[in-house]
Order: sequence, then structure tokens, then C-alpha cells
Amino acid sequence: MLSINNLIAEVEGKTILKGLNLEVKPGEVHAIMGPNGAGKSTLGNVLAGREQYKHTDGTATLDGKDIFELEPEERAAEGMFLAFQYPVEIPGVSNLEFLKASMDAIAKYHKEPEMDSVSFMKLAREACKAVDLDQNFLKRGVNEGFSGGEKKRNEIMQMMLLKPKLCILDETDSGLDIDALQVVAKGVNELRSRDRAFVVVTHYQRLLDYIIPDYVHVLADGKIVKSGGKELAVELEKKGYSWLEQEVA
Amino acid sequence: MSDNLDFIQDAKQLAQSLEKQTATSWLSDFRKQQLALFSEKPWPSRKTEHFKYNNLTSLVKESFNQSVDKTTTIDSLDQAAKLSELNADTLVFIDGHYSKQHSSIQENKITFYSEANDEQQEFIINQLGQANSAKNLFSLLNGGLTQDGVLLEFNKQSSDKPVHIIHIGSAAAENKTVASNLIVKLDELAEATVIEQFLSHDNNATTALYNQMTQCVIGNGAKLNHYRLHLEEEHTIHMGQLDFWLNRDSQLNSFHVGLGGKIKRLDINVYHQQSGSHADLNGIYLAKNNQQVDYHTNVEHRVANCTSQEVFRGLIGGSAKAVFNGRIHIYQDAQKTLAELSNKNLLLSNKAEINTKPELEIYADDVRCAHGATVAQMDETALFYLLSRGIPKHKAELMLSFGFINELLGNLKHASVADYLRPILAKLFEQSV
Repeated sequence: MLSINNLIAEVEGKTILKGLNLEVKPGEVHAIMGPNGAGKSTLGNVLAGREQYKHTDGTATLDGKDIFELEPEERAAEGMFLAFQYPVEIPGVSNLEFLKASMDAIAKYHKEPEMDSVSFMKLAREACKAVDLDQNFLKRGVNEGFSGGEKKRNEIMQMMLLKPKLCILDETDSGLDIDALQVVAKGVNELRSRDRAFVVVTHYQRLLDYIIPDYVHVLADGKIVKSGGKELAVELEKKGYSWLEQEVA
Repeated sequence: MSDNLDFIQDAKQLAQSLEKQTATSWLSDFRKQQLALFSEKPWPSRKTEHFKYNNLTSLVKESFNQSVDKTTTIDSLDQAAKLSELNADTLVFIDGHYSKQHSSIQENKITFYSEANDEQQEFIINQLGQANSAKNLFSLLNGGLTQDGVLLEFNKQSSDKPVHIIHIGSAAAENKTVASNLIVKLDELAEATVIEQFLSHDNNATTALYNQMTQCVIGNGAKLNHYRLHLEEEHTIHMGQLDFWLNRDSQLNSFHVGLGGKIKRLDINVYHQQSGSHADLNGIYLAKNNQQVDYHTNVEHRVANCTSQEVFRGLIGGSAKAVFNGRIHIYQDAQKTLAELSNKNLLLSNKAEINTKPELEIYADDVRCAHGATVAQMDETALFYLLSRGIPKHKAELMLSFGFINELLGNLKHASVADYLRPILAKLFEQSV
């Protein structure tokens, strides 16, 4: 599904990813762990197409399509979803309007008809309920005045409605208490399917107690330096990252 | 082609012709006095601070020395004039003339100046005189041309039906001057909602000079909800003045929408005359193409213990030019004043221009006063968030710019007004990009 080869990317002229390789197949959950500054957030952002994150070399394909040939909105329409570390507040644009515009745009991209308002409302209400958000969150401005946990739940709700094939979770656990973490993890777990893959980027192992990964990769200094099963996460939690950096060096 | 002097000559000529047919001879002396003051005023140049950013060329390039002499007939009221959910008493003026056919007044007390009794006449003259103590050029012109007007009076027992005043400009007003006048008077403890709305009939591309003077006197403990909606076609010229006089413990909530025109200039003054009064003054202005729009607001804290909050947002695209001048004047005796002003602008193109200027004059020491003005381009983070959800850039930009003003619409006291405005403004955006 997602195939990354020797990816090199820079932010503000500084090279952050220095030859990253990753192969993700449908149905798999990959965790990317690593110390601060390793390039974890850059990975999600460069894949999603954020302007300041520049791809300079290497390739990344989503089901065979070169994602760097696509605009950010096209990547989304092709099934890529980046759950933001810090979801953006957009006062004046209601969550509902935002979700509808998003679903309509993706339908249009695939030359499918837009969903009628009644069916959409029903679906949106159900998704809202599934992530344990009050219905009035649909009417409020996008993430406006939401708590950290509510913002993350809103991301999961969008995921439920947009049904992406590849979900990249960028430090979704940051700023969440344990209850919110469980709600978010539950949402993710319900979305797991044999056709859908997840890349879970996190600093801490904690999230991986709830979203059990198939593979764990350690990202250090812009490269994946070690890969393993879910037990690698536990080992990292115990030993920290420094032993790995020494091992690699 | 005429020049500045001709504009003044034209105005005098117009005033004289109107004087011959007047039904308000009791206002004659007032008109003459105002016209004399108007004639003495120097024409604004680029150095005239009050008009520094206004390009008044359109005013002197053409002649506006006539008025529309009778009510233009229109078959039906424009769809855009309908605010039916508000269930208001409606007064319709076409090119400045009252249209009985399209108006519907059921409950409120409405007096035309031409029918005013002695007491009302005295009140009107005093009020208009007070309004023009600032000697604003175009308000003096309005004074010189005021033939008739509307006096709205509310008291504690008044109906809670809003009053909706619709000014429609027709194609018959091409190169004419339309001066109109409104006084809203709230007695002690009265509550009222007044909507002033300006439209072009069938969106005709007519250049007329509209000159509206509105005075709102809010009595002790009274509450006024006021809307001023300038939704005219872009060829319109409007020079208006709007004053609010706040008495003890009174409350004002005034909301503005201004679409750009050839020239659109509104001077809004809020006078806190007695303690305990509060004013909310909010608005949005939107200009595109080669339009101009200018809001000059002036909040005068003359006495202690009054509060005011002001939020204006502007959205400027094309080669349009917007001005926002927000003055807060706190007098020496106005201790314990709380005054806040925020003006945010979003520029949608490289050629769009905004001149924003908060102006604070504070002579009291125990006050809280905050102000801020920002000019920004589209928020990149928010834009990326929408893109990352599959929304194309063009649509995402529309959503963000509309959201920028929609935030203020969400706070309106009358949701029906917000619901009315949203599709009108949204459509404007779709056309503009």
C-alpha cells in the first residue's frame, strides 16, 4: 500500500529525513517511535504534503501512485489521512460544513455523487456518538474551543467518515489523559480492517498498549535504525532511546 | 466634468429647488444654516486627515445636482429585501421616497417629519443640530437637504416588533442625490430593534450619491438592537453618519455589514453621555474589484463607569481599498471606563489595500482600554488542514475567508438576520474569486 524508498526531506533548508525506508501492507499497523528531533512529525507532514516540508529525494507511492506528484488534497482523496498532532482551530467554519465539504470533495474526485444532506447528517451524528462527542460539536467551529482530547476525537470522527485507506497518526497521544487516550484508541481499533493500514507515530509506548502494532520501527536521525515486533516498544520504554543511538553509532 | 466648487454649487442649487416644494418649512432655517456651513467648508484634499484615504474623485467627476422627484414604481420588493422571519414592521423607501405600497406598519409609532407635532419638531431640530456639531462635511450637506425624515419613538409599552427600514435605489437615481434622515428615540426602559438596510433594485448598476443621517437617542435603562446593512450594488456612493447617544444604564448593540461601493463611507459615533451605559459595536466590511469602503468609528467616553466593545473585520480582495479608523476618546472624568477595540483584516489579493488605524485618546487614569489591529493573509496552517481532508484549494480559501466573517455572524442577537446574511455574503465570495 505505502512504499517509501530512501526518502530524503528537509524543513527550512535543514535535512531531517535522511534516507527512510518503509513498506506498509493493507491491514497492517506500523508504529514509528523515536526520540525528539528524529524526524517523526516530518514523516507525516511530508507525506501529507505540507508546504514547508520539502521532499528532496527518494520515492513514496500509495498503491503504486507517486504521492509527490499529487497535491495535498489529491493525496487525501486517494485515501491518505493525517491525524494532526495539533488539530487546527477554525472559528467560523462549522465542523459539519467542514465534514460535508470534505466528503463531497472526495466523492467528486472519484466521480461519485455527493451524499444527500439527510444521509450525511445521520452519518455524522453516528460518528459523533461513536467517539463520545456531544452532537453540538458538529455545529461548533472546527475544533474551536475543543479540549485536547476533543480535538483528537474529532480527528478520529473525520477518519470514520472519510474512510481513508492509510491513516497516519502524528503523535496522537500527546496531550491526552488516559481516558481520552482510550476513547481515541477504541476509535482507531474499530477502524482497523484488512484493507486499511495505520502508521502510528509516537514518542511513548503508552499508546501502543491500546493500539497494538504489528511492527515497531525506531526512527533516529532521519532513518529507521531498528525494526521489530510489538515487543520492541516495550524494550524501548524500559531502556529509552540512547542505547539504540549508541548501538547505531 | 466639474470640479470641487461645482459640487458645492450643485448642492446649493439642489437645496434651493427642494426648498420650493417643501412640506417641512419649520426646518427651513435649519437647512439654510447647515447649507451655509457646508459651503464654507473647504473641499477635502489628500491632506485632510478625516478623508485621507478616500478617493473622492467620483464625486466631483460627475454631477449630482438633482434629486429623484417622485417615488419610482417597482412591481415587487426585491427578494434580497425580505427578512420575513424577523416579522418586522417594514418601511420602504425608493430613491429616498416613502413607498406606502411596499411598506407595512402594524404596531410601532412612526412619524414623518412632515407630520411632526410641535414637540417632535423641536426634538428633531435639536437632535439634528447636535448631530452636526462635529461639522462633518457630508452631514452638513445632509442637513441642508433634509426635507423629510422618519422619527421612530419607543417607550416601555412599545411593541417588541422590530422596525425594518429598507432603502432601495432604483435606476432612476442615476447621478442624483438621495439624502435621507432617521431619528430613533428610546424613552426610559424602552427596548427596540431597528434594521437599516440599503439595496439596489434588481442590482442595477446606478451611480447615485446616498447620504444618510441616522440619530439614535437611547434613554435611561433602554436597550437598542441596531443593524445597518449596506448591501448595495458596487456603483453606489454612500456618505453616511450614524450617532448613538447613550444615557444612564442604557445598552446599545449595533451590527454593521458594508459591501464596497464606488465610495462608501460611514462615520459612526457613540456618545456615552451618562454613566452605566454599554455599547457593543461590531461589523464586517467586504470589498472587491475596485471598490472602496471606509468605516470611521468614534467612541466617546464622556462620563465614568461606561463600557464599550468593538469588533470589526474586513475582507478585501481584488484592487479594493478599505479603511478602518477606530477612535476611542476617554475624557478626564470618565474613570472606570472599559473600552476594547479589535480590527482584523484579511487580504485576498496582492493589490488589495487596507488602512487600519486605532486611535486612542485617554485623559483619565483609572481605565482599562485595549485595542488591536491586524492585517493578514490566509492562515497557512488552517488552509493545509482543509487541503489534507481533500478539499480543493479554491474551495478551502473560500471557506476560510467566509469563516473569518461568519464568526461574527454567529454572535448576532437575531439569528434570523445572520441566516439572511449568510447566503448573500457566501454568494458574493463565490463570485469574487
